[in-house]
Amino acid sequence: MNAGLTILMSLALIMALLVAAGVFTWVERRGLGFLQERLGPNRVGPFGFLQWIADTVKLLTKEDEVPPGGDAVTFRLAPALAAIPVLAGFAVVGFGPGLTLSALDMGVIFALAMLALTVYAMVLGAWASHNRYALLGGLRAAAQMLSYEAFFGLSLMGVVMISGSLNLGQIVEAQSGLWFIVTQPLGFALFMLAGIAAAHRLPFDLQESEQDLVAGFMTEYSGMSFALFFLGEYLAIILVSALAVTLFFGGWLGPILPGPVWFGLKVGALALAFIWIRAILPRPRYDQLVAFAWKWALPLALLNLLLTGAIVVLAGAGGGAA
Amino acid sequence: MQEFLTNYAPILIFMGIAIGLGLVLILAAVIIAVRNPDPEKVSAYECGFNAFDDARMKFDVRFYLVSILFIIFDLEIAFLFPWAVSFADMSMTAFWSMMVFLAVLTVGFAYEWKKGALEWE
Repeated sequence: MNAGLTILMSLALIMALLVAAGVFTWVERRGLGFLQERLGPNRVGPFGFLQWIADTVKLLTKEDEVPPGGDAVTFRLAPALAAIPVLAGFAVVGFGPGLTLSALDMGVIFALAMLALTVYAMVLGAWASHNRYALLGGLRAAAQMLSYEAFFGLSLMGVVMISGSLNLGQIVEAQSGLWFIVTQPLGFALFMLAGIAAAHRLPFDLQESEQDLVAGFMTEYSGMSFALFFLGEYLAIILVSALAVTLFFGGWLGPILPGPVWFGLKVGALALAFIWIRAILPRPRYDQLVAFAWKWALPLALLNLLLTGAIVVLAGAGGGAA
Repeated sequence: MQEFLTNYAPILIFMGIAIGLGLVLILAAVIIAVRNPDPEKVSAYECGFNAFDDARMKFDVRFYLVSILFIIFDLEIAFLFPWAVSFADMSMTAFWSMMVFLAVLTVGFAYEWKKGALEWE
């Protein structure tokens, strides 16, 4: 692929993602309003649809000062670190047959790594804020990310074993017969748990839980820095949904409609599930959250891996085609 | 080398644009945003108090413990990825040697659990 085309595609993809994240904030606020029997934003544009543009302009003009004793450079740069790696993670996602920026052979690992990098934004931003609540939020973010990252990779190992590839495109092709959600239900459940924690969404948003930590690692942030943290969070939701669709729901595969449309529909449906989960589930206590990751999720992920391995080996020994 | 480039060059370009975008947004905010600081307004938030002593306080050793646990298990996962991709093409020896490795790891995990490294209290 030549450089000009790549740059054009990258720009188009980034623009599309920014708009998608913006629209998704509106969808979430309206959706939460609907689930809580209130209206949500409905003033700017039809059904309040342009609310996210108004919010962007507002956040761009808001005052944002570094607190005394804070580390100014880190404080300013940390929010960008929340959004950039998540954006980079989309470089390996396949939106349709052959429609991907880079058909990387290690696509799965790359996307997971990029998702995990966002924890630096939270920890560094929290440290640079020179604020108690922020520091506690940053520490929680680190420990939570580490606990859930430990079985994030394990949970999708079953998919990797059945398809025999880490390339996201090839994993989708391997599902042309049967989606992996059917053969890997436990893997999917664990993947979504870890995904919600990685996108630090409710009910796993202990690092910013506003009832006990004010706003956690974001306490001292306002204006565009705050918006970048927010952007990172919404992009992470879309990335986790896109990965889940690719790994478990057959990616762009589907009848009649073209591939990218199917992909978009599936990602949208899964992203809506994030809002739904946020609206109906309470937050666990922090020690429960970490203990659950180590005592339940990790052994279950290992068990899933062993069972899948044994079945694939037996099928290979018996039928010859695994 | 050629394959390496076709795989990674688009990612580098994409990342470059993403970094550019992040910096532009930060710079735009610095240029456009209102700036009218005053000591009361910029001081760190602390539930209505003035902040007393340093906010960078001692914190719980459990946070370290979690990260040490993570290092062990993440190494294990790093070993598992290449194995999971190719184990269907390899002999039964490959399968069973990984099972032995996991069994050793499980013993370690059980020991940690027993020692209470997974308890928060």
